[in-house]
Amino acid sequence: MLNPAQDLDQKNDLLIENGIIKKIGGLKEEDFKSSRVFEFDGKICAPGFFDMHVHLREPGREDEETVETGSNAAAAGGFTGVACMPNTNPDIDSAEIVRFIKEKSKNHLVDVFPVAAATLGRKGEALSPMFELVESGAVAFSDDGTLIKTAAVLRSVMEYTKMFNTPVIEHCEDESMADGAMNEGLISTTLGLPAIPNVAEDLVVARDIMMAEFTGAKIHIAHISTKGAVELVRQAKKKGIRVTAEVTPHHFSLTDDNVKTFDTNYKMSPPLRTRADVDAVIKGLKDGTIDCIASDHAPHSIEEKEMEFIYAPNGILGLETTLGLALSELVHKKHLTLSQLVEKLSINPRKILNIPLPLIKEGETAELTLFDRDLIWTVDISKFKSKSRNSPFDKRLLTGKSLAVINKRKMFVEGGFIEI
Amino acid sequence: MSLSSRHLLGLNGVPGEDIQMILDTATTFREVLERPIKKVPTLQGKTIVNLFYENSTRTRISFELAQKRLSADTINFSTSTSSTKKGETFKDTVRNIEAMKVDMIVVRHQSAGVPQYLTRISKANIINAGDGLHEHPTQGLLDMYSIRERLGRLEGLKVCIVGDVAHSRVALSNIYGLKTMGAEVSVCGPSTMIPYGIESLGIKVTHSIDEAISGNDVLNVLRIQLERNAGIRIPSLREYHQYFGITTERIEKLNKDILILHPGPINRGVEISSEVADGPYQVILDQVTNGVAIRMAVLYLLGTMH
Repeated sequence: MLNPAQDLDQKNDLLIENGIIKKIGGLKEEDFKSSRVFEFDGKICAPGFFDMHVHLREPGREDEETVETGSNAAAAGGFTGVACMPNTNPDIDSAEIVRFIKEKSKNHLVDVFPVAAATLGRKGEALSPMFELVESGAVAFSDDGTLIKTAAVLRSVMEYTKMFNTPVIEHCEDESMADGAMNEGLISTTLGLPAIPNVAEDLVVARDIMMAEFTGAKIHIAHISTKGAVELVRQAKKKGIRVTAEVTPHHFSLTDDNVKTFDTNYKMSPPLRTRADVDAVIKGLKDGTIDCIASDHAPHSIEEKEMEFIYAPNGILGLETTLGLALSELVHKKHLTLSQLVEKLSINPRKILNIPLPLIKEGETAELTLFDRDLIWTVDISKFKSKSRNSPFDKRLLTGKSLAVINKRKMFVEGGFIEI
Repeated sequence: MSLSSRHLLGLNGVPGEDIQMILDTATTFREVLERPIKKVPTLQGKTIVNLFYENSTRTRISFELAQKRLSADTINFSTSTSSTKKGETFKDTVRNIEAMKVDMIVVRHQSAGVPQYLTRISKANIINAGDGLHEHPTQGLLDMYSIRERLGRLEGLKVCIVGDVAHSRVALSNIYGLKTMGAEVSVCGPSTMIPYGIESLGIKVTHSIDEAISGNDVLNVLRIQLERNAGIRIPSLREYHQYFGITTERIEKLNKDILILHPGPINRGVEISSEVADGPYQVILDQVTNGVAIRMAVLYLLGTMH
């Protein structure tokens, strides 16, 4: 059992009754004679993992993903909670839509926390009804997909959100420079694809950090991808500015070199960067500049993704490969300890969103992720719980996999849900 | 003797022997084009589709003529709208065309990578007629042919590509092909028109047109493409002409032995003066004729492969 938030690192038995942790250790035969026993000897039990950046596509694109299928994918990937982004159709910019999503996820093991649009229709003009949105369950604000367009509106959004202490989550990319299909560099020069330079991201990260300092509000940098942006966040944190950041598994495990295949599963926003950028984000994860790992799970239909490269939409699936990639690329390569990984996947995202942290403690609700850090498995997209199939990691060998998750008196184990 | 690939997607990675074979084969076809009856039965019974997703007059006509000279059956599919707007996906369009039993597809598309993508979804031989800002291999080949025709060799020559290199598919194909054939390649243009990291390909960069003219055997002058957003990268066409335009005056002052190529269509008075465009240093119309021979050679070599 591992939970750095409570200094817990011990080997023990756990008794769960009616979804509550009844007893830790010292279990006697009669304690569990009527219980179902799962052997997780040598495996890790952590507070349930939380992915603070997923696209569930509902409402609007239920052909690509729904709250239910996305939640299934989350459970399969080892997550007990997710925050879903507002770029649905309609956007999550009214209490009605927030409630609709909450209602859809009510009976699912996975808790879904909507991130609401910062501006109406994510147009960057008028503020969304934030009081009402927070009251109905929104945990953060973002115009994800794009940045909040003007500094004046950003200022207003940030000042307003201070009343709720919710973070503003920014997709940092200068729009006038973001009209490209991949990272700008030697590879884009040789492939002849329109490209987006690092500075397109760095500029907006710098703007947002300055605005966070000016307003005193919280800014969270979504899917950080450049060396420059990592350094900006590092310096800002040193100055005490309220900035946090996440990185996706693809931005620490792939580079723009992968685009050479012209496989549209390597097309994302922000684009895959260079080795130097990958090294910088890993360093940022290591020294705490980057607070958490979030998948940016972005389901797309086969028809949409299988298209000419410049026309294909951005983004890939993430929920079912995040843990395997994080363990393979970060823990097994000795960049992060297991405790640090639990912080990035469970503790920090909840802290950022002001969501209570599950504790592994008698009397607490059992919200747990059980995983095998050493299990070697091959990614098979045809077995994904997600409704979509757009992953570049198909057939990739990974080390480490979720075995089960527990939450809300439910358990996902061996590919299915059971009531506990 | 046959080519090492059944497609022509670009000149990157194409071995020198293949380029040599195409150029030599084109010499034979170039001779056919001078005959009173300019037709050979080589590709009789083969069906070739020209799949053009982007406006192109000369490249399409050149391919079509090459196909007719080889007695192939030719079908043209042209659309300037992207598949996304059209409703039918690119893949479905290709599958429909494929279902009509075609042997070769010549493709031009706004997106780099489409020819590669085609090789995954079609069984036909694929010939790239220009993809995004990536490659335009038959243009590269016909440029090399035209240089060789005039100067007798490629090896050891100094060739400079002038203009909007960053937004040119011709530049990359020239760079790859010429380097493979032993030429020394450099680029010249305003700094906003030189793509990132081009030096890493072993290419020298200059921003002085005088230096480019005096230091090279050949200039390949690119069209300034206003439709490609050149407006935010240069102040005006007038300034471009003043500082980067090729004029007789400059040539006579600096290098009377220079050979000028231009892939067309030319903007007279912008990248090249009218006097140069019609003058003794250029081979612009020879390039057009040679283009047909090169395309015949490529079609023939790919179409008769087993």
